[in-house]
Amino acid sequence: MSTTTIEGRTVHVDQEGFLTEPAEWDEDLARSLSGLLGIELGERHWTILHFLRDDHASTGETPTLRRVSTSLQIPTKELFQLFPTKPAKKMAYVAGLPKPRGCV
Amino acid sequence: MTTADPTTDITTATAPTMPDFGAPATDRTLAIICSKGSLDMAYPGLVLANAALGEVVTVHLFFTFWGFDMINKRTMGNLKFTPVGNPATHLPTAISGMPGMTAMATHQMRKTIADLDIPEVPEFLEQIVDSGGHLWACRMSADMQHLGADDLYDGVEDIISASDFIEKTDGAQLLFI
Repeated sequence: MSTTTIEGRTVHVDQEGFLTEPAEWDEDLARSLSGLLGIELGERHWTILHFLRDDHASTGETPTLRRVSTSLQIPTKELFQLFPTKPAKKMAYVAGLPKPRGCV
Repeated sequence: MTTADPTTDITTATAPTMPDFGAPATDRTLAIICSKGSLDMAYPGLVLANAALGEVVTVHLFFTFWGFDMINKRTMGNLKFTPVGNPATHLPTAISGMPGMTAMATHQMRKTIADLDIPEVPEFLEQIVDSGGHLWACRMSADMQHLGADDLYDGVEDIISASDFIEKTDGAQLLFI
């Protein structure tokens, strides 16, 4: 198990750097994590991040891009705009969750 | 920079450890030729295309021969799976060919796919297009089936010849399905 320090806060991460302790996450941390990716969080980002958190809490799995898209009725295209190039992994990272395991 | 403490398993990083999200663009291109029109053979290309797009790979899909059924508006939502001649179903040959078996097997596969929250073919194509994937229809297949652009899924960019596709995918990694 590893830890890393993000803007003065120590959090647990896996080998790749995804957070492993969902309880260590809060909105301030999300702002720091998104800052590392160069993403400024707007209202749409927050809707997605809170869905990811809630869904992970109830299912134990990080939702895939498709699940986010269909559950929130947000087109895939927009997800690519909000979290550019690798939306599934980036939104999981900012939400403080493991990367999604699902294929689709 | 990372320093490891040999007495424990704890590793402490001085700069934040974060996933490598890669460059905003790669020069990697994947060309997928979809030549089959059965439900079970439609999905491998779609799943791989979708996965590649999630990794910033440029993806071109070429639909040809029976693969045309995947983009033909009339058939794309109604692809079938038959256990006939497919030893992987582990059904005796005499049973797999009985009336109603294709319908039953198709129904079962659709249900399994839906239970995993995997989209149906038309919706899957939409997701691929939304993610930046390119869909191309084969000229010869269109001519053979007397189909035009209006008969095809709206996300198909054009009906092109095999040589056009080869040109477009210069240097690409290729999958033939």
